[in-house]
Amino acid sequence: MLARMIIISVVSMGGIGAVLALFLVFADKKFKVDEDPRIEAIAGILPGSNCGGCGYPGCRALAEILAKGEAPPNVCVAGGNAVALKLAEVMGVEALDHKRNVAVVLCKGGHAEAERRAIYKGEMTCTASNITGGDKSCAYGCLGYGECVDACKYDAMAMDSNGLPVVFYDKCIGCGACAKACPRSIIEMHTESHKLFVYCRSRDKGAYAKKVCSVACIACGLCVKDCSVSDGIALKNNLAVIDYAVAPQNDESTKRCPTKCILFGIEEQVTRKGFYGSVKKTA
Amino acid sequence: MAIKTFDRGIHPSYHKELTSGGRIERAALPKLVIIPLQQHAGAPCELLVKKGDLVQEGQKIADVKAFVSAPIHASISGKVKDIDLADHPGGSRAMAITIEGDGLMRDWVAGAVQTDISAISADALRDIIREAGIVGMGGAAFPTSVKLSPPKGKTIDTVILNGCECEPFLTADHRIMVEEAGAVIWGLRALMKAVGAGAGLIGIEENKPDAIDALDKAVGSSNDIRLVILETKYPQGAEKMLIAAAMGRKVPTGKLPLDVGVVVNNVGTAVAIYEAVNLKKPLIERVVTISGNGVTAPKNLRVRVGTTFEEVIGQCGGLKTSEGDMEVLNGGPMMGITQSTLTVPVIKGTSGITVLTARQIKPVAYDPCIKCSSCVEVCPMGLMPYRLGDYGRAHRTDDLKAWDALACIECGCCSYVCPAKRPLLHWIRVGKLKIREEAAKAAAKAAKA
Repeated sequence: MLARMIIISVVSMGGIGAVLALFLVFADKKFKVDEDPRIEAIAGILPGSNCGGCGYPGCRALAEILAKGEAPPNVCVAGGNAVALKLAEVMGVEALDHKRNVAVVLCKGGHAEAERRAIYKGEMTCTASNITGGDKSCAYGCLGYGECVDACKYDAMAMDSNGLPVVFYDKCIGCGACAKACPRSIIEMHTESHKLFVYCRSRDKGAYAKKVCSVACIACGLCVKDCSVSDGIALKNNLAVIDYAVAPQNDESTKRCPTKCILFGIEEQVTRKGFYGSVKKTA
Repeated sequence: MAIKTFDRGIHPSYHKELTSGGRIERAALPKLVIIPLQQHAGAPCELLVKKGDLVQEGQKIADVKAFVSAPIHASISGKVKDIDLADHPGGSRAMAITIEGDGLMRDWVAGAVQTDISAISADALRDIIREAGIVGMGGAAFPTSVKLSPPKGKTIDTVILNGCECEPFLTADHRIMVEEAGAVIWGLRALMKAVGAGAGLIGIEENKPDAIDALDKAVGSSNDIRLVILETKYPQGAEKMLIAAAMGRKVPTGKLPLDVGVVVNNVGTAVAIYEAVNLKKPLIERVVTISGNGVTAPKNLRVRVGTTFEEVIGQCGGLKTSEGDMEVLNGGPMMGITQSTLTVPVIKGTSGITVLTARQIKPVAYDPCIKCSSCVEVCPMGLMPYRLGDYGRAHRTDDLKAWDALACIECGCCSYVCPAKRPLLHWIRVGKLKIREEAAKAAAKAAKA
């Protein structure tokens, strides 16, 4: 009795399984979607973190674009040189040198430097506090609630004890998510060759800018005069603006800045290890 | 008389007794006024004077060609001391004209001629209103002349005067209705004439019986104007709620009252129109309620536009320093904007200055949503604030649009009732901002292509 029951069930289930397997084999052959095999290969090479730094919606979408040849092999910002080389090989095109972008926070007005005009009690995000004009007197400076840090998927940013975000030079892959998240557009993406920055975005007149922040650009024009190339640095809307196409990347124009808001080459000194070594870990 | 109302809404503590009994007083002439170039919804004005110019009280000092805008006049006579960025009660800094007064006052009443409304054409009325720089005095400061110029094909059958004043603490409109009932009715008739409407309504909450009596007497036996008594409920004075309560008409999202044949104006605006036509006086002063538990002697003052909050509060006995930290708002506690400095000026839309004490502004941490639906039950627009709040917080613009976030009138009922103290309105504001940003980006992209 028992043996019969086992035989019947094995045969019937096995039979159903065999029929369905045959159907699946047939369906697989018949309804097969022809896909460029390179898409799979490219998707395998891409980091798969969907950071969006390339401008396409995710790594899979980029793989399809790459397979069509509509984007250069060095388009992936997260992958760096290694991925660019592999992609060029798969796509059979000439390898292009990958240029890493790095996020630069163009404000140094933290708790110690910038004047606070109010106590903010609303939702603690930058966008929310920006609706009310923010709690700092400067209408252009960092709001200090860390939406950029939340947006970073690569653990390449943190808020320091002065209430400003720092970018870890060794970790930033240049996807630009932080720049997009900042409601005041303080964060800019720059190639590694840019070393000279004006760390201020205030378009206020010098007297007011200086009154509300000790490291504001007061548009005195000393850096403009000290720049060895004419038009390398120009004053626009009460702010020194560097033209990276011509301005020499050295410290000649930083020396006489009265508020020390134009600085040279400090970005690469900030590393993740260095930062966490300097900041006490809180539980 | 049957009491009318709208659906949902809240009943906050009103505290109106602080100022509702006293007469409106005239504030002392300020020595210095700061007059921002943007005091209204629409395009900011362009300068007509320069630093060092001598200006007369009531002289036009800024104007712009744009349709949606209103000119700005000097509120005192004196010398233009400075034209620069100054703190604005809206929360940011904006261009403003600073005038140092010479202490002289112009007598507007002396040259007054009572004008017969039937003798002025609708176009002439609109011109006078525009030239006098009159904007909605309820708080939003929308230029009145624009409201009175309906596009072709749209007819207005009713003008509603808004005398609800549902914001806690504020009593400026209340006192205006009691003390200047005649001017209110005259202004309403002028508004009706300007848009060719046959009927006029005045909506008043039932908690102002003296205002109802005064207006009733002023209307007399004429039957073109009707008083509508409304339940005391917040936000009864919101334009869309008032139209729904008084007339049973619903203004769809994204549409204006004129799409349902109605124009709504504040009672203060009606008085401003009366003064503009009969006294030839532009909008250079307004009634402001200075109230709240942090003010020594709360009262209603007739204040020149541009007077600083510091000076106005000083004339009410100053702040009660014994109360600890305070919060000073431009407007009432529900929709007012917190100020970071007392050097901001009173502008055309400043209906009140409310000072809250430390006990009233204690920050409270918020808890998770328990889906009790209190916010849904009070939302006058019939939205789902708990959902919109979460979407706004996460910047999910598609979901916000699907759940009609743009219909939100930002009255704050949801945040007021939330038992978990969630800042729902703040999140919805973030969401609305993100929708606008996205639209602006799409428009910029379309313009490029």
